[in-house]
Amino acid sequence: MDLAYSAAYEDFRKSVRRFVDKNSSNQPRRPGAGRPSSDQRRWQQLLIENGFAARTIPAEYGGYGGEPDILKSRIIAEEFTRASLPLGLANQGISMFVPTLLELGTEEQKKKWIETTLKGETVWCQGYSEPGSGSDLASLQTKATEDGDDFIINGQKIWTSTAATADMMFCLVRTEPDAPKHQGISYLIFSMDTPGIEVRPLKTMTGYAEFNEVFFTDVRVPKSQIVGERGQGWMVANATLKHERGMLGDPNQAGTRLSAIIEMMQDETVSGERLIDNPLFRDRLLQLQARVFAMQFHGMRLLTASVKGEDPGIARLIVKLMGCELNHQLAALAIDALGELGVLYGNSPHLRASGYWQRAYMFDLGLIIGGGTAQIQKNIISERGLGMPREPKAAKKQGAA
Amino acid sequence: MEFALSEEQRLLQGSVGRYLEEMSTLDAVRETAEAEAPLSREIWKGMAELGVAGVLVPEEHGGLGLGVLEAALIAEMTGRCTAPLPFVGTAVMAPIALVGAGSDAQKATWLPQLASGEIIAGVAVAEVIGAREGAGVRFANGCLTGSSLFVIDGPAADIFIVSDVNKALYLVDGKAKGLARKKLTMIDLTRPVSELVFEDVEAELLPEGGPEIVDAMIDAGRIMLAADTLGAGDMMLEKAVDYAKERKQFGRVIGSFQAVKHLCAEMAAELEPCRSLVWYAAYAQGATLQDAALPDGRLMACHAKAHLSEVGRFVARTATEVHGGMGFTDLLGLHYWFKRIGLDRQLLGGPERVREEAARLQGWAA
Repeated sequence: MDLAYSAAYEDFRKSVRRFVDKNSSNQPRRPGAGRPSSDQRRWQQLLIENGFAARTIPAEYGGYGGEPDILKSRIIAEEFTRASLPLGLANQGISMFVPTLLELGTEEQKKKWIETTLKGETVWCQGYSEPGSGSDLASLQTKATEDGDDFIINGQKIWTSTAATADMMFCLVRTEPDAPKHQGISYLIFSMDTPGIEVRPLKTMTGYAEFNEVFFTDVRVPKSQIVGERGQGWMVANATLKHERGMLGDPNQAGTRLSAIIEMMQDETVSGERLIDNPLFRDRLLQLQARVFAMQFHGMRLLTASVKGEDPGIARLIVKLMGCELNHQLAALAIDALGELGVLYGNSPHLRASGYWQRAYMFDLGLIIGGGTAQIQKNIISERGLGMPREPKAAKKQGAA
Repeated sequence: MEFALSEEQRLLQGSVGRYLEEMSTLDAVRETAEAEAPLSREIWKGMAELGVAGVLVPEEHGGLGLGVLEAALIAEMTGRCTAPLPFVGTAVMAPIALVGAGSDAQKATWLPQLASGEIIAGVAVAEVIGAREGAGVRFANGCLTGSSLFVIDGPAADIFIVSDVNKALYLVDGKAKGLARKKLTMIDLTRPVSELVFEDVEAELLPEGGPEIVDAMIDAGRIMLAADTLGAGDMMLEKAVDYAKERKQFGRVIGSFQAVKHLCAEMAAELEPCRSLVWYAAYAQGATLQDAALPDGRLMACHAKAHLSEVGRFVARTATEVHGGMGFTDLLGLHYWFKRIGLDRQLLGGPERVREEAARLQGWAA
């Protein structure tokens, strides 16, 4: 245990801090998942040039071309967070599609797509989930049939965030209907302007349409627009999902929320008493503070393991489950401490934090369910982490009956 | 930046773990508990030979001169094996008192004897945290008067380290005139505690330290109890998983039912971050934390104690449930771990009280 950084890293931190200080006044608004504004694209370009975004992506594909160094990445994140500066773009194209392409794409695909994606010029959406295929994603039914040099796609995707603004989709389709379910899937990429694609916004319980449904009717896509081999799409998708689970359950978000709640509970009063002076709310705050610390230290432990190239085993498998749940509990405390103020919404008078806590409390439920539900996570923890037996196959049982 | 145990720390923990797995078997634990012998002198002697009894004693006084993190790694193993040992009082809190507040002569007399395992030190500080039934010890005219409850490692102690109501520390001979000692039978029979009644008992002041030494003792003691719970919880989870892989009902092992394996996943998910919390809390004791963003050691001792108490309770009951009816029997012995976790939770302040202290440390409560 040595939580100090070596001199070389402290020098690196100083160089990051110089950049941060110089640029602290004219940064754009924090980017969301949708299409970045021109200011945000300029900021992204500046970050890439300085090695603060796309750090380890080779320069020939438009990245900075730095050596992978997890500690440097962490220092960058720490310094930007400290100065409340937005980090680089973190949409599905950059966080999931680019790493997948680097691992499994052809040279031509890498050249064509990575640079424009990194710059925020090409926006991607992910076509995975279907109405009938959630946790059991490999059962997906959207089909792509051969027609000369093309595939013809018919079917439906759901939970497609940014579909309304995206230029491109990376999509799982069934190309080999007779193969076992995991071996009949291919990973295609195509423009959202292709005829036959219809995007319908999917309004969620938050009142906003954070997601979409996407319908395909005879959508024609050249066979060359495949990543990996035909029938290998499940393997390609798993390369991507690995990157997605790393994004969910980030303990730094819990730390930011906790700080905001502490501030709020010290500022807000009810009948003249500060919220933090109420022993019940204070106790809940302290219970969650312990959990936030535990998850932050846990994150540091995982970080050290990756620096050393060690497999942290079960320690890694619990992050999505525990991190998402903790965020949800934090939002719940904020709402409860605020009482009636905590259930104001929309543009109401007296609204606190622009309604953030209510929206977060509801949206978190989506994150607990998405990217592998809490129950799927528990299967993974118990089966892969604890070596417990899988559920006997349902099919086998039907056969016996 | 490295958030991991060093090679030496892993070796130390591994050798203590192996020794205890060999010596502190369920049969040995049961024998000690049922004989109502306060502790196993034999195992403690072996631990002293490994250097464990002197983990915090400076090398000049015959100890290993290591820190609270190393002590916590050992405590984790004692919890894992429900070892009937005087670790928390004798090897952690008493040395911190003597090193921090003892005179040179007191250190030279007592520290080598603690490190060698020759003597056992009871620690009476419960009233500093919360006085029950009007207990508390006062000092006047060179003598202590009053009473102290829940004295850690008390029944077999040769000497006592006692805090008075003003957080001044005293050393008392176990055979001193006017000192009455009663064993308190707790649910956990592996670590009995005592009640002490003082009637004008001669006591030696530990002259060199102030109240901060009592705080340091309590902080370290809390981290040991947290680590003990972590080890005990780990073992309960392992036993539950093993049992669920063996036990068959409805023609299949019960571990293949999601209702059962999700309980195991929840225990693992709760315990894993606890390990990092305990490591950090222990590391932060006495370490110079250069980065202002790293949280304070006193606060983290509270959080480790309180959070492990909560997770420990969840794991203790859940692992018992996974064992079904067998978990409820005396025969299986799972209850030794259950009760160990139960005592860890209440000693040196239960989680609700400790969280109030955490609030005060941050200026959130008066």
